[in-house]
This record gives sequence, C-alpha cells and structure tokens, in this order.
Amino acid sequence: MGISSIAFILIFLGAAAFFAFKIRQIIQNIKLGRSLDRTDNKGERLKTTIRVALGQSKMVTRPIPGILHIFIYVAFIFTQIELIEIIIDGVSGNHRIFFEPLGGFYVFIISLIEVLSALALIATFTFLARRNLLKIPRFVKSEMTGWPKLDGNIILYLEFLLVMFIFTMNGADEALRLQGASHAEGSGSFGFAISSILGPNVFGSMDVATLHLLERIGWWGHFIVVMGFMVYLPFSKHLHIFFAFPNVYFSNLKPKGQFTNMEAVTNEVKLMMDPNADPFAAPAADANAEPQRFGVKDVKDLNWVNILNAYSCTECGRCTSSCPANITGKKLSPRKIMMDVRDRVEEVGKGLRKDPNFDDGKSLLGDYITEEEVWACTSCNACVQECPVNIDPLSIIVDLRRYLVMEESKIPAELMTMNTNIENNQAPWQFSPTDRLNWRDED
Amino acid sequence: MSEIKVPTMAEMMAAGETPEVLFWVGCAGSFDDRAKKITKAIVKILNKCNVKFAVLGTEEACTGDPAKRAGNEFLFQMQAMMNIQVLDAYEVKKIVTACPHCFNTLKNEYPGLGGNYEVIHHTQLLESLFNEGKLQVEGGEFKGKKITFHDPCYLGRANEVYEAPRNVLQKLDAELVEMKRCKAKGLCCGAGGAQMFKEAEKGNKEVNVERTEDALETNPQIIATGCPFCNTMMTDGVKNFNKENDIKVLDIAEMIASASDL
Ligand code: SF4
Ligand code: SF4
Repeated sequence: MGISSIAFILIFLGAAAFFAFKIRQIIQNIKLGRSLDRTDNKGERLKTTIRVALGQSKMVTRPIPGILHIFIYVAFIFTQIELIEIIIDGVSGNHRIFFEPLGGFYVFIISLIEVLSALALIATFTFLARRNLLKIPRFVKSEMTGWPKLDGNIILYLEFLLVMFIFTMNGADEALRLQGASHAEGSGSFGFAISSILGPNVFGSMDVATLHLLERIGWWGHFIVVMGFMVYLPFSKHLHIFFAFPNVYFSNLKPKGQFTNMEAVTNEVKLMMDPNADPFAAPAADANAEPQRFGVKDVKDLNWVNILNAYSCTECGRCTSSCPANITGKKLSPRKIMMDVRDRVEEVGKGLRKDPNFDDGKSLLGDYITEEEVWACTSCNACVQECPVNIDPLSIIVDLRRYLVMEESKIPAELMTMNTNIENNQAPWQFSPTDRLNWRDED
Repeated sequence: MSEIKVPTMAEMMAAGETPEVLFWVGCAGSFDDRAKKITKAIVKILNKCNVKFAVLGTEEACTGDPAKRAGNEFLFQMQAMMNIQVLDAYEVKKIVTACPHCFNTLKNEYPGLGGNYEVIHHTQLLESLFNEGKLQVEGGEFKGKKITFHDPCYLGRANEVYEAPRNVLQKLDAELVEMKRCKAKGLCCGAGGAQMFKEAEKGNKEVNVERTEDALETNPQIIATGCPFCNTMMTDGVKNFNKENDIKVLDIAEMIASASDL
C-alpha cells in the first residue's frame, strides 16, 4: 500500500471518528431533555419529511434564496457519488474506478455533478453577497455577530473551494486524457459537460507534470474540504444538513394553535374540582423522583424535541424576519431563542460530562433569555410557519412563561390583573359575570 | 330595528328543545362595546336563516385562552373543566364562535380535557349557510368597494382556515385585495398571546401600526376582520393614521348582516 493510501485512510478515519464522537455527545445532549412521545402517525411523519426536508417545500416560499439553496443542496447530494469514488480510489490506489464499469452513465453523472457545481457556485456568490454586501436584514441582526456570522460565511468559502477543486481535478484530468496521459483508461475527451470545455481552454497549454500535480491538488483538495467540513459540522449551524431530517420527522403534526395541556396540572385540577376526591389517593408516583418543575427554566426542563430543534436550526432568520415583535423593534427573536438553547445545552452537556453534579448556577432563562423577550411574544405562530425545517420556537417561549408564572409568580402586572379577573369574573376584564348576557337587551 | 331572538341553553332546555348549534359569544363579544355589535350581527343572521341556536348567557365563562397563552396553565384548566361541565350538561355537540381564540381553544385544547365538540368559526358557518342556499346577499352598499381581509393568527396559521372568510366576502360583489403579507404569511395584529391585556415591551413601533400599514398599502375602503381583538387593533391602527373617516374596520358578519339589510 502506497504512502498516499495510508495518509488517505488515516485522514478519513480520523475525521469520521471525530465526527462520530461529536455526534454521540450531541445525542447525549438531546437526551438531557424530557421525554415526549412523537412515535405516532409514522406515515404522516414520513410524508412530511419527504415534503419539507427532502423536498424543501418551505424553502421555496421565498423563491430566490429557496431555489439557490436547492442548487447547493442537490449539488451536495450528487457530489456524494463522486466522494464515494474518491474514497474507493484513495483506499485502493485506483483512478476513477467507476469510469470503466459505468461507461456512459459515469459521463452522465459526472456531467450532472459539474452542472450542479456550477449552479452551486452561482448560489454561493449570491449568498455571500446577500450576507456581506446587500446585508439582508435577517443576516445582520444582533444575534448574528461573531461566530454565527463567521459560521455563515465559512461554509460559503468552503463551498467555493470545493467547486474550484472539482473543476481543477476534472479539467486537468481532461487535458491529460486529451494527451493520452490520464491515469484513467483510454485517451481523448471524457466528455464531461463542463470540464470538456475547461480542459483544453484552461489547462490545454500546461505540461503533463503540472497537470498531474493540478489533478492531484484538485482530488486531495476535494477530499480534504469534505473531511474538514465533517469535523466542522458539529460546531456549526450546518448540522442541519443531517438533523433537518429527524427534526422534521419528529415535528409537531397537530394544529399550530394547539398548545399542550400539562398533565401534571390536569391531575391537580381534577382533584380540586372533584368534591369526593381523596387528596391522599393521589399516587405518590416515585418518592425519590425529583418533583418536576412546571415549565422551563433550564435546558433540562425542555423536551428532547426542543433540543433537537436547536441543533437543527440553520440560523436563517426566516422566523425572526416574520416575527411581529422583532419587526417592531422588540428584543424577542425566535432565532435567538433557538441559538440560546443550543449554546446552553452545549454548556450544560460539557459540564455534565466532566462532573455529573454539574451546576454553574446559570440557567437558560435569565442568563440567556430574558423575561422581556419571553413576554414580547404574541403567540402568532409566524416563526413556526416560516421555519423551513419545522422548528417550533413558540412552544419553548410558552414553557418559559409557564415557569415564570407557575413557579415564580413573575408576571407583568397587567396580566396578573387579567388572571384575577378571569378567576373572579369569568372574563379578562372587570365585568360582573351576571352582566354577561346584557348585550341581548342593549341597543 | 327588528327584535332579535337569543334563547339561552337553559331556556331551550326548559322548553324541551335542543338547538342545532351553540353560539359561544366569548368575553369580547359579551362585554366589549365594539365586539357586541359583531355578536348582534351574527344573531341577526342566525335569526334570519332560522338557525336554531342558543347561547349559554351567564353560564358562559372565559375559555381560559389568555391565561394559557400567558403561562397560567392552572387557571386555563380550571376554566376549561368548568366550561366542559356546563357544555356536557347541556349535551352540546356543535359550537360556533366569532372569536378565533375561543375557536382554537375549544376545538384543539378542550378535547384533551374531555370536551369533544364540533367547533366552527362564524365565517365557516356563514360559508355553509351560503352554500346551502339559506343565505343570499346582494353586494348592496359593498358592491365594488375595495376590501382587504386581515387573517387572524388563530384562524389562519393556527388552524389553517384561510378560504372560508374570503369565500364569504366574495358574495359581496366587492373588490377583494390582498395585503402583501396575507394568509400563511399574514402579520399578527399584535393582540394575541395575551398581549391584548398588557402594554407592549419596549420597541420602535406598535405591531398594530405595522399591520395597519400593510392594509393601507392596498388602499382599501374597508378592512375586514374575523376576530374581535384584530378588530380593536386595526381600528386603533387606522385612527393612528387619522384615516377613521375614510376606512372602516368591520367584521365579516357585520358586512353580511348589513348587506342583507339586517
Ligand atoms: S409566535 Fe412569538 S416568537 Fe414566534 S413569530 Fe410570533 S411573536 Fe414572534
Ligand atoms: S428556527 Fe427555523 S426559521 Fe428560525 S433561524 Fe432556525 S431554521 Fe431558520
């Protein structure tokens, strides 16, 4: 086995092992959340996944970025075929191992990848411009500074590099084959859609040694970028390329307006309303179990889907750009809610792996998300509707409110009055319940 | 003005009768002066179409929606269970309401607590009255008028009812214009999530003003709504632009009632 095969295998295994290690940690972090049953309706879930995740149906509601994103997405999927070939070639020391057996189909696939790569390149430039020149508002909000901003650009630089490497590899190989010097079988043009033009025009005048070097740079470059991307993914919003699928699959299928009825509350309310209830008959479920908190204060109070949501968030800001609170200058940004959850669960997860009794005295509510943000929400569901991967920031906001109200009695004074009115007058205003039908006789 | 007939459930029961549908009036519809007009418009339409309905009257209580959205699940469930007891005692099967918040809560959140009813929004009822031929209107005063419809969040996105209100408006022979943000992309009026009952957090604009701008861009003569809270918010928004003499904010039921000379 040649030295390059060994180097190849080591890089590949190293990157894959690191990726697996990080994904395991992320899954552990997701499991910090409370249980929630989303195993129902498998057929419907599958259909939704095919439509929303695979089919990108919610991306195209904003046509320009939606279609450009599809270019990158489809290019990414098809490039995997080339990656598989690169891996086999890299391990076995072959060159374009699929070329011979697949023949015309190989030419078709590589041509397709080339065309898609060119489209992805257009998308990449447009996206870079949207973020850095046009400064589309949703990309320059206050939560999009520092790492999130860099993260958004890094992937685009990588995409650019990747496409350059692909064309360098194919273009140089094309020029070599025209001279009968390619390591691939035979001579003459490969017939790939774009490199058959690039080959003679860009690389045609170069000598064989330079071309071999360039071909290798393209080949290794492609491989290294993909491996680098894999190592980088767990730290990036680009985790969505995998997580979007389970995230959509496990998303809420019920009407968006339907909030959960908290079971723990139901049990207590039933006891209160039933005059015959024996208060001691309530099951003392598990004496050692920590009493469950009402609502959410920290990430462990979230359910696992909330945390999966946070890891799947692409930070696209479609939610925030349609949020009435955010549009009118309030602090609330549903995207920030999701980013805060991810940051906090990373912090807690890391802490717990070091020390099972980890407690840094911080919490999601208070240290990451302020009460001001929580109370600015109109529960309008625009964020949920807009999210291309079916993330539900609203359910988190409501659970934060539940904690504030039911555990800490922290509630804006006017809402306190509203609640008192509902309790005493059966209406959120101070009217007498006996006047409820007065409208019938008024003019 | 013709007399309106509004039997209560208790009165119906005493007379040994059962209504086809319970009209859930809601807190706004019962107490808010503006919303009471919507309530009356609905009653007039129901009377005219001979729909056998009843109200709960003083036995109706807040569904608990604002408490729930504000995080007070206890209060919500207390209200829900009380209401369910009353509704079940009267063996209610079908409910119509003019408030999308009541609609959403009764339809989606009561079943989990044991209250199972068929719940419709009043625009859905109007649509079916038209479809069954029980209700006809001529455009009347609305003929040719420019009307834009504001989607209430809890009717639209929350429950995906987008067409019923539009289909009803079509009957008015008016010119229906959509705002740039409409249907699934409709912008909230700012009242939901219990915001109606509190001051907004610090920002640079009121949500209802932002939304009214959307409406004004269509240059409407009437902004149609299907929610008492949206109605308040949009009315205030229009006043904010000093347009209250040029632009009316009306519930779809009021428009149908007045087009039918009720
Ligand atoms: S539900 Fe709340 S957070 Fe989501 S868009 Fe509406 S106001 Fe913003
Ligand atoms: S929650 Fe959804 S819409 Fe909002 S930034 Fe994340 S991926 Fe985009």
